[in-house]
Amino acid sequence: MYDFAYHKPGSVADAVKLLTADPEARPISGGQTLLPALKHRLNRPTALVDLSGIAELKGIRKEGDTLTIGALARHVDVAESAEVTSAIPALARMAANIGDIQVRNRGTIGGSVANNDPAADYPAAVLGLGATIVTDRRRIAADDFFQGMFTTALEPGELLVAIEFPIPEKAGYAKMRNPASRYVMTGAFVARLRSGEVRVAINGAGPCVFRQAEMEKALSANWSPEAVANIRQSPEGLNSDIHGSAEYRAHLVTVMAKRAVAEAG
Amino acid sequence: MPQVTLTVNGKSHTVEVEGRTLLVELLREKLRLTGTHVGCDTSQCGACVVHVNGESVKSCTLLALQADGAQVTTIEGLAKPDGTLHPMQEAFREYHALQCGFCTPGMVMAAIDLVQKHPQGLSEREIREGLEGNLCRCTGYHNIVKAIAAAAEVMHGRRSEIARAAE
Ligand SMILES: Cc1cc2nc3c(=O)[nH]c(=O)nc-3n(C[C@H](O)[C@H](O)[C@H](O)COP(=O)(O)OP(=O)(O)OC[C@H]3O[C@@H](n4cnc5c(N)ncnc54)[C@H](O)[C@@H]3O)c2cc1C
Ligand code: FES
Ligand code: FES
Repeated sequence: MYDFAYHKPGSVADAVKLLTADPEARPISGGQTLLPALKHRLNRPTALVDLSGIAELKGIRKEGDTLTIGALARHVDVAESAEVTSAIPALARMAANIGDIQVRNRGTIGGSVANNDPAADYPAAVLGLGATIVTDRRRIAADDFFQGMFTTALEPGELLVAIEFPIPEKAGYAKMRNPASRYVMTGAFVARLRSGEVRVAINGAGPCVFRQAEMEKALSANWSPEAVANIRQSPEGLNSDIHGSAEYRAHLVTVMAKRAVAEAG
Repeated sequence: MPQVTLTVNGKSHTVEVEGRTLLVELLREKLRLTGTHVGCDTSQCGACVVHVNGESVKSCTLLALQADGAQVTTIEGLAKPDGTLHPMQEAFREYHALQCGFCTPGMVMAAIDLVQKHPQGLSEREIREGLEGNLCRCTGYHNIVKAIAAAAEVMHGRRSEIARAAE
């Protein structure tokens, strides 16, 4: 790992100031993605800005039809939160199955969503529920946020502050995990919102989490696992690597969507 | 150079580090606590697991500076001053839960956190899932799982001592 300066600001404003003054500085939350990347010298920041001391980024709150999760909420916090478990149980279960206990004790929802790893879990929930990403300067709809592999709408120096999830009528998530890395091979998050809107987000399969329109239409007409059982995802553009071919991942899209609807009930 | 002050196994230390110094490097190289191992550079093996403020973390994936002010417990901090082993260590010995021993410090630290978080007890499946962050290349895990189940009984006061493995 190359060396870097280390700052630990106490407010979002101070963190943004540090990041704006030095374009080569990077924020660090749980470090469970950033530190492995730095060890492999994939990145060479001049400074790390540790967000962990910023109270504004913490907390989980339920207000009306919205569940707001602060960027610094760790996977273990989301998994064990009574608010999350009662409002969106599928989200709590998702958090409980990210990586391993030690990763869950450090990794945060903000770091995961800002990173937008194609094989990460949370982006599927954010897109599948149509959540809103709150930053230090604006609000971004999930549909506009995830832009490509490891790419989001965040500008350099822009901090993810919280995520606002609409509390759905039903939601479910199913994934096939790579047995070695525990990252997602292919997952599906399905939700029926209180507005009646049905959303299906697929992660792990393509370079970036995406919505499956055909499945959304089928589930709007008939919310049942059978409704998606015969919908075939095209392998075009999906990931092909040593862990699985694009055809295999396309097949998994249907299987995972079926399981996710069954889980949602 | 930045300084970090932290308590390790009950003793306070103030150490000069670089920004990039990992907690495991501080423990092994500055404090010479070499019981904590490094088995990979991908944050996957768990040989480096220690407790920070009572929770298990991978010390290879935490900057020393991120642990400023923290209470850290390593494998060296488990036994009593008179040498009496922690029930988890005792169980690993009794159940032959190690062969080469390389993964053992991380396994023991992860297992203690797992057991402490489940006062109601743990099924075999929960123990196996709880060890997802720890890899062992020798034992085949069976004896590790048995040792943790036995230690859990003692740690939660349901038995007074580790049952003999031969029983
Ligand atoms: C062994 C292992 C297994 C894993 N398995 C899984 C898995 O199964 N599923 C899964 O989803 N993830 C998995 N992860 C990743 C883990 O969930 C990470 O915690 C997560 O991806 C990143 O969160 P973090 O807080 O650690 O972020 P960091 O590593 O601190 O940061 C990640 C990136 O986001 C940026 N960033 C951090 N916080 C903010 C913010 N508030 N605003 C803007 N930018 C920010 C950083 O600059 C960096 O670029 C695994 C990791 C490991 C080591
Ligand atoms: S050394 Fe392998 S996880 Fe830390
Ligand atoms: S005992 Fe050898 S790696 Fe586990």
